[in-house]
Amino acid sequence: MTRQAFVEQIMGLPVSVHVRGPGADSPAAANAVAGAFAELRAMDAVFSPYRPDSRLSALNRGEPVDDPLVDAVLDLCEQARQRTGGYFNAYLPETGGGTRFDPSGLVKGWAVERAAEHLEGYAFYLNAGGDMTVRGSWRVGVEDPAQPDQLLTTIEVVDGAVATSGSAHRGAHIVDPHTGAPARGVRSVTVIGPSLTWADVYATAAVAQGPQAVTWLATLPGYEALLVGDDGALLATPGWSLPA
Amino acid sequence: MRKITIWFLATIAVVVLLFNYRTSTRPDSSPSTGTVGDAGVPGVAPVDPGTSRRTVKRSGSTTVANGPIVQTKRGRVQVQAQISGGRITEITPMTVPNSNNRSREINKRAVPQLRTEALAAQSAQIDAVSGATLTSDGYKESLQAALDDVHFKANP
Repeated sequence: MTRQAFVEQIMGLPVSVHVRGPGADSPAAANAVAGAFAELRAMDAVFSPYRPDSRLSALNRGEPVDDPLVDAVLDLCEQARQRTGGYFNAYLPETGGGTRFDPSGLVKGWAVERAAEHLEGYAFYLNAGGDMTVRGSWRVGVEDPAQPDQLLTTIEVVDGAVATSGSAHRGAHIVDPHTGAPARGVRSVTVIGPSLTWADVYATAAVAQGPQAVTWLATLPGYEALLVGDDGALLATPGWSLPA
Repeated sequence: MRKITIWFLATIAVVVLLFNYRTSTRPDSSPSTGTVGDAGVPGVAPVDPGTSRRTVKRSGSTTVANGPIVQTKRGRVQVQAQISGGRITEITPMTVPNSNNRSREINKRAVPQLRTEALAAQSAQIDAVSGATLTSDGYKESLQAALDDVHFKANP
């Protein structure tokens, strides 16, 4: 059995694809990976908040935007806001009033899932900055946000997704949309489940909400979560898998 | 400070396990067993000097891979990874931004931490690491590229 790794820098993140199993080192696999990277670059071109020529930038300038991809993301962001009780909100207040639409917190996972469709038929994982979608069985370590050279635990992920959001490494970069204040209470939240889009949204929303989010996370069918409190205490949903 | 190091752990763990995996599933490639954590295994699949990329060099049992120069907000970064016996033995910054205190601080602490993590990762039976989203950083980009180059060459 062979195994192959690829990496590119997309969306400001190192994105890696690891493929293993029959055909992993074939030209067809390399083509599939190239297709996945191309998909991510295409989504970045549409949704980058940093590129003035992106559809997103046009939208925020108030220009008319007619793009089914943008419509799909607008719908998903509204779903995300509803599913998270408002703790995920892509409409960010601007300094000086008004709001800015920044769906980055949702687009990354969504784009990775789209990209992963190019890899159908292979055992792979596609990892974008620590958030990944996997096919087949892979052992995934969950970093300790207080000691990044240590792992809190290791889980086996089969045909699913893992996302971790946190405030520890970049300062409090997630805010509570209800108050606008930086999120406090948890260092990181890791969510595992079938969809990376939703695992990522749930993790981000849980960081914004704080430790009490664990009770909400426990109600989400198909998803399990591990929360690390500011004091290092661990909270997990009842179905969180024991270390693999 | 920490954000630049976590991703390394993932990268190193993944790549190192790739090496180990290759050696452990190719008993005909060397007399080694390639057991994870087994020191001194001549593990990295041979890189043919004749076909190596310019940035990957092999001398005896040691492979030296230079990552590409990565432009960062703080300046240009390039790292070199040395792999010997299937293990990362050294990670050296070749080009580092040194224009301000923060950069110097990164240089002072990142390299020793990377060495530690490389060693720690080699005993971890993992394929990948999930962590809070990290911003791009020249170190990990250059290192990952360097390691991936070696890996690619190890799988002709």
